[in-house]
Amino acid sequence: MTGLGKLTADKYDLLITGVGGQGNILASDIAGEVALAAGYDVKKTDTLGMAQRGGSVISHVRIGKKVFSPLIKDGEVDILLAFEKLEGVRWTNSLKPDAIVIMNNYAQPPLSVSLGVDRYPSDKEVVEILKMRTDRIFLVDGTTAVTKLGNVRTLNIFMLGCLSRFMPFEVETWEKSIHEHLPGRLHKINSAAFELGRKEINNVHVE
Amino acid sequence: MNKLLSGNEAIALGAYHAGLGVATAYPGTPSTEILEALAPYEDIYAEWSTNEKVALEVGLGACYTGVRTMVSMKHVGLNVAADPFLAAATTGINGGLVIVSADDPGIHSSQGEQDNRHYAKLAKVPVLEPTDSQSAYDLMSSAFEISEKFDTPVMLRTTTRISHSKSVVNISGERHPLTKKVSFPRDVQKYVMLPVNARIRRPNIEERLVKLAEYSETFPFNTIEHGVKQLGIIASGISYQYAREVFPRASFLKLGMTYPLPVRLLHEFAGSVRQILVVEELDPFLEESIKVLGIYVVGKEFIPRIGELNVDAVNAAAEKMGVLKTKISLPQVKIPADLPKRPPLLCPGCPHSSMFYVLASAGQRLKLPGAKEKEFKESPLTITGDIGCYTLATYPPLNAMDTTACMGASIGQAIGMEKAGLNTKIAAVIGDSTFLHSGITPLIDAVYNQSKITVIILDNGTTAMTGHQEHPATGVSAQGKKVGQVVLEDLVKGLGIKDVKVVDAFNIRELRAAVKDSLDKPELSVIISRGACAVRTPRGVDPSAIDEERCNQCDICLLIGCPAIQSDGKQPSIDPLMCMGEKCTICQQICPKQAIKPSSKLKIGAKK
Repeated sequence: MTGLGKLTADKYDLLITGVGGQGNILASDIAGEVALAAGYDVKKTDTLGMAQRGGSVISHVRIGKKVFSPLIKDGEVDILLAFEKLEGVRWTNSLKPDAIVIMNNYAQPPLSVSLGVDRYPSDKEVVEILKMRTDRIFLVDGTTAVTKLGNVRTLNIFMLGCLSRFMPFEVETWEKSIHEHLPGRLHKINSAAFELGRKEINNVHVE
Repeated sequence: MNKLLSGNEAIALGAYHAGLGVATAYPGTPSTEILEALAPYEDIYAEWSTNEKVALEVGLGACYTGVRTMVSMKHVGLNVAADPFLAAATTGINGGLVIVSADDPGIHSSQGEQDNRHYAKLAKVPVLEPTDSQSAYDLMSSAFEISEKFDTPVMLRTTTRISHSKSVVNISGERHPLTKKVSFPRDVQKYVMLPVNARIRRPNIEERLVKLAEYSETFPFNTIEHGVKQLGIIASGISYQYAREVFPRASFLKLGMTYPLPVRLLHEFAGSVRQILVVEELDPFLEESIKVLGIYVVGKEFIPRIGELNVDAVNAAAEKMGVLKTKISLPQVKIPADLPKRPPLLCPGCPHSSMFYVLASAGQRLKLPGAKEKEFKESPLTITGDIGCYTLATYPPLNAMDTTACMGASIGQAIGMEKAGLNTKIAAVIGDSTFLHSGITPLIDAVYNQSKITVIILDNGTTAMTGHQEHPATGVSAQGKKVGQVVLEDLVKGLGIKDVKVVDAFNIRELRAAVKDSLDKPELSVIISRGACAVRTPRGVDPSAIDEERCNQCDICLLIGCPAIQSDGKQPSIDPLMCMGEKCTICQQICPKQAIKPSSKLKIGAKK
């Protein structure tokens, strides 16, 4: 099963996770606005605790005909978009069976790992845990790709490119919303990052 | 036109469209973005006030002149502003006055949890609760109308999940023109609360409440949504959304005004359904008032009273109550318990880290996690703390904070410990914005009562934790104008304190000398440690790096708690993308082997 192809459900519950500073809140704002522009009801909410930088950041984006709660029910996430591996695997129990997982193949060890108190899970463990809930895992080399592209801060738009392959929205709608959120000088490189993300998804399915 | 807006943005826009003239606030999660969204409008006056009490007093004066005014704060901010809040309830208003209380169920970013609807009941003023961004927008114009119609301040109570969630809002409304002439008609019976006048006002408050209760019967945001008769739900705020999702077929009484309650509407609803569940976050505020009316309802037997609700919590309550069949839940995937957590940290290049490193060292507290003696037994230094990013210094490896209670408490607590006879040195640590908010009056107490404590003001030139708002010592207003600037050292000296030192937060030697001198001297002293917030500082061009040939893996650099300094368990290293480089250099200064250098120098050294 390649797992590719747009979803055609009447609701999409997206969980977008990462480390503070990775730009995942902006990504969730854009995803929400694209869905609104496509005629859906949308609610989104972020949980980020008390600090500015470096903690876990989680955004819930709920898309449907009519959305009530901004928080996604446990076990109902349709797509997990994880900007960092640990911040992805942490939410395995939020996924519905056979959910789509798009995970950036990138590890940022928390301070407790540096201080030798905790251990960062191995790639094998990460995939094994996720596989207990779903086989549709796409491990994308986002950080590597956007570093090569020349701006590591375009990771969030790269990740949206990956996501866009599964959502029933036009590429133009994505591009328009991305451009609305960024200054003109960044449009070109972010469009490139978006396109790289769209292509990346073709060959990264974890069997 | 439809737009995705956060609850806070919707409150701001709703107020602006309702003809708002003056907005005041002190930053506090989750309320901060309301004033931030209003500040860019040039046809209103918006200010960051010194604290919430001042914000409400400025608001009170503004509304007395007939101008529509909004004052926003987080839940604990209303504790600070409780005095003018109750005073406003007594005098009433002239132009509409709305106080936004943004509560924080679940304690996402606060020192505690409290249900501020109790304050509305205490002050006998109406409280409105939005259920999403659209209703937050819509309720603002009602809030001002109610305020003016009934001569009362109005509380708009949101919660973190309302304030910080985005949902669709029709933003095609237009700004209500400001028609009232700005004037203050002298009326001492209304505005001068001498006992004789307060006694005259007192019955007005009770009469007002009766009229408000009558008004709430037909208030358009108190609505019955008919469903099946078997189950009725009474809900307000975000709880309504969770309940709507769990009970798609139930009948609902959705309350947009939760104090005072519409008695007849409640009876009508109760008569139309077989049983009623009240779904509300935190305290049984609605439930208790409804039970007093003789209406049988259930609520907190099933709905948690601690923390934030969500669909799962309401679902579990419904199953426990027996109104929903227990669903077979997904088997939980066993995630290893040792998956590392990622708590928030002081940033790389944070100007606070160095002072805490010095304090932890003076207090003999620096211990690497996993070291033989995990906890320090008795520190020769007690450090009372305050509210801000710097509260994070409580955690290992710094272990450099012993108390945090409420805004400004560090100084008073330190005085109390000293006067009680505590046998250690005592330092109070407080940030610049927090000091201005409520650290000045306890410092006056220290002068007056001859305290010998050391007060350390961490001055990073901003209100950092809430997202870098201006304050009276930054010289810039909420609306971006250059304004007067309070100079902290002048202020402190003006109180009569002789020993005042201003030190560079990125100079360890200076910090050490200042801390030692102040702690050793038996007199009150103030140290202002000054250094710009790292988030607002452009990163340096020359990140620090470790010369592995010189490094003896003593791991002392890890004791700063800097996220850029990482270790694989053997050799520490510095992430050049995170390090602030020449803007910080704290690790370079503390390395006993001088093994940490600017990477530019290290490369030259390596070539030799």
